[in-house]
Amino acid sequence: MDVNKNSYTFGFAAIMVIVVAALLSSAAIGLKPFQSKNVLLEKKQNILSSVGINIEREEADLKYPSVIKEELVINSKGEKIDGIAFDIDLQKELKKDPSEQSLPLYISEINGERQYIIPLRGKGLWGPIWGFISLEDDLNKVFGAVFDHKTETPGLGAEINMPFFQDPFIGKTIFESGDLVSIKVVKGGASEDDMHGVDGISGGTITSDGVTDMLMERLNMYLPYFAKLKLEMELNNTSAQIDSSLTLNDLITK
Amino acid sequence: MAKDLLLSKKNRKLLSDPLDDNNPITVQVLGICSALAITVQLKPAVVMALSVLVVLSVANVIVSLMRNMIPSRIRIIVFLVVIATLVILVDQVLKAFVYDVSKELSVFVGLIITNCIICGRLEAFAMANPPGKAFLDGLGNSFGYGIILIVVAFFRELLGAGTLYGYPVLEKLGIYELGYENNGMMILPPMALVTVGILIWWQRSRNEKLIENK
Repeated sequence: MDVNKNSYTFGFAAIMVIVVAALLSSAAIGLKPFQSKNVLLEKKQNILSSVGINIEREEADLKYPSVIKEELVINSKGEKIDGIAFDIDLQKELKKDPSEQSLPLYISEINGERQYIIPLRGKGLWGPIWGFISLEDDLNKVFGAVFDHKTETPGLGAEINMPFFQDPFIGKTIFESGDLVSIKVVKGGASEDDMHGVDGISGGTITSDGVTDMLMERLNMYLPYFAKLKLEMELNNTSAQIDSSLTLNDLITK
Repeated sequence: MAKDLLLSKKNRKLLSDPLDDNNPITVQVLGICSALAITVQLKPAVVMALSVLVVLSVANVIVSLMRNMIPSRIRIIVFLVVIATLVILVDQVLKAFVYDVSKELSVFVGLIITNCIICGRLEAFAMANPPGKAFLDGLGNSFGYGIILIVVAFFRELLGAGTLYGYPVLEKLGIYELGYENNGMMILPPMALVTVGILIWWQRSRNEKLIENK
């Protein structure tokens, strides 16, 4: 048979495409449940890791409910809205107008202290980067951070998922006299007394800048909610003070 | 038949030639882009070498089995389809069952498909030889490719970051206390080319077969 005939060439191409398409799509559909389970577990693992709990992916399912106490969905005005925070796909939310985005927020409790965990997503050099940053309950000091990426360059940008890059975020602050300054990844290294900067990665500047932009953009979205939360905290504090002064008064009069 | 296949001198040459005399990177200067991209550390280099090993040997066998059926006008497209299908299939299976390995592979999936060594071997060898030989040729060439990758990554990671396979060798040896500092330039892509260049220089000065006539 002449394999160089036009009809044969077309036939061969058509059959090849159909066979390959069938093969790949059946593989994709058949393996989907296994893959999504892995992705789900990894998300839980990452959330836990952002508050300093590093465990194997398989254990994440068990540990998660005992640490994460609340999952909230808020809107851009800082109001709580209905929804399941864990199911929100940030990739889809980011495509919407900022005023229409639903913002997931996780609240964890470790040793009686509350942490607020904010999911992040942004752009690296080659593809998406994402992560979680947790704040202490003053909503200023960073409790922990994790980052991950899809296709950053190994050994360079890809290093954002390594502890040496993530650990310096701990203890930094995101506000400066009431304004959000976020945390910057500084090329060439941040100075030691810089409360809003961490060292960048040599050769990974674009990914590092991506992390900076992502933090600024995402944290900014939560400002209305933070403001409300701080107001509530202050109210609680003052009422607690009034309470205690009242009881003091009572004691004195008695 | 199988015995004859492995023992014959010709077949052994298929395995040993690409290691030195006909190395895909240093002699044929193929696959340079991946050698440049993923040799900052040893670990990704090893992962890449293994992935190419699997993909090249299997693709070689598949194309060799189909060699009399492939219309020559669309053969390159057929190669790409075979390679891409294999790579994606492997990646999907890894994602489902060995998630960590698949994360390690993430960036390589694209790089494997575009690796010119694979296309080159399919065109130059698999299209003209039976599956057994094509398999050996695939193994040999991926070894040749892998060796260079690992050697380059060894020097770049050691000199650039002071670690080997993530282990801080230089720190443990106490070399930093003597005033030594990591050479940040080794991390940048151009130094991969320079390292490959030095390897080519060394290989050519040693191997007489590679010295060209004037």
